[in-house]
Amino acid sequence: MSGVTGVTGSSGVFEVLRDRLRAQQPTALATVIDGPDPGRKLLVTPAEVLGTLGHAELDRIVARDALAELEAGRSGIRHYGPEGQTTPEDLVDAPTLAVFVESWSPPPQMWIFGAVDFTAALSRVAKVLGYRVIVCDAREIFATRRRFPAADEVVVSWPGGLFERRGDQLGQRDAVAILTHDPKFDVPAVQGALATRVGYIGVMGSRTTHAKRVERLRDVGVTDEELARLMSPIGLDLGARTPEETAISICAEIIARRTGRAAPSLRDADGPIHS
Amino acid sequence: MRELLDDIDRWRADGKRVAVARVVDILGSGPREPGAAMAVNEAGEVAGSVSGGCVEGAVVSEALGLLHGERGPGIVTFGYSDDEAFAVGLTCGGTIRLFIEALDW
Repeated sequence: MSGVTGVTGSSGVFEVLRDRLRAQQPTALATVIDGPDPGRKLLVTPAEVLGTLGHAELDRIVARDALAELEAGRSGIRHYGPEGQTTPEDLVDAPTLAVFVESWSPPPQMWIFGAVDFTAALSRVAKVLGYRVIVCDAREIFATRRRFPAADEVVVSWPGGLFERRGDQLGQRDAVAILTHDPKFDVPAVQGALATRVGYIGVMGSRTTHAKRVERLRDVGVTDEELARLMSPIGLDLGARTPEETAISICAEIIARRTGRAAPSLRDADGPIHS
Repeated sequence: MRELLDDIDRWRADGKRVAVARVVDILGSGPREPGAAMAVNEAGEVAGSVSGGCVEGAVVSEALGLLHGERGPGIVTFGYSDDEAFAVGLTCGGTIRLFIEALDW
């Protein structure tokens, strides 16, 4: 138990949670929501466990599950026996506890290549959606904080350098948008993105530009399987014209790819809106 | 929860007791995901939201009841599909379950 104390009777769990949320550190909080003692807490981080749900074995099992939820960025209810039992046979005679596991993962990242007007608009829309936005361009006079005030970071670098240094941070929830239009930049940016586990790679350009780019990418050894990961031309077919509209069409495509939807209008479909 | 922290800190610095309600489950259509949270202090001030404005008023009543010792921590259900559910529901027809508790941990 932490030594921090707050208002009367505080265990210090809230203070640790608060500080970790502010610092955007990965944290899960398990709370007994149904059972003999609702409200008991276990705070779980990749490094430590704080508090108790009332039984050491229960704590151990819930901590294990909470770490998995944290990795997946999921929150939800799980059921356990009072001593951490999880199998249906174990739970037949044991009264069950319902535990709400809430997880807070660091925000997803969007890396945008090319210091152009489309990038300024996309960085604004991406911020609305909660991304940590990194803008990258090799040209120092264009890649400035003043031109991209919404971005969390503006990096002056060739794409390859950024991917080499930090590409291993990218995962399924993250996105790379390559808006440069210039083969000098976009070929190494695409190669760099393909070498990561990033969930979305969008590349701007007309169909003609895309066809030429595909040739160049094949020349440097990019395979058909890798090319299939690219969303190019980038964005949903909304008829977007302005940088702002294009930014919406790119972000809408990222959402649709994540949810696996074809993205028609809700009016013209059946079935539940959320699933 | 993150968006509530500044208000919670300020209220607790003023010595006010605080209740927190978090969405733990959604059945059917619902406007917010599990984890959506609101906080209510003993003076009835509110931060955050748990739906599109459909059930917040009822949550404040439950939270004040909790802070005044009229109920304990536990699950509160809003929606039309459950006999035990409150009369207030979500306009989108779903059922929402919240866990409400005092922030004393």
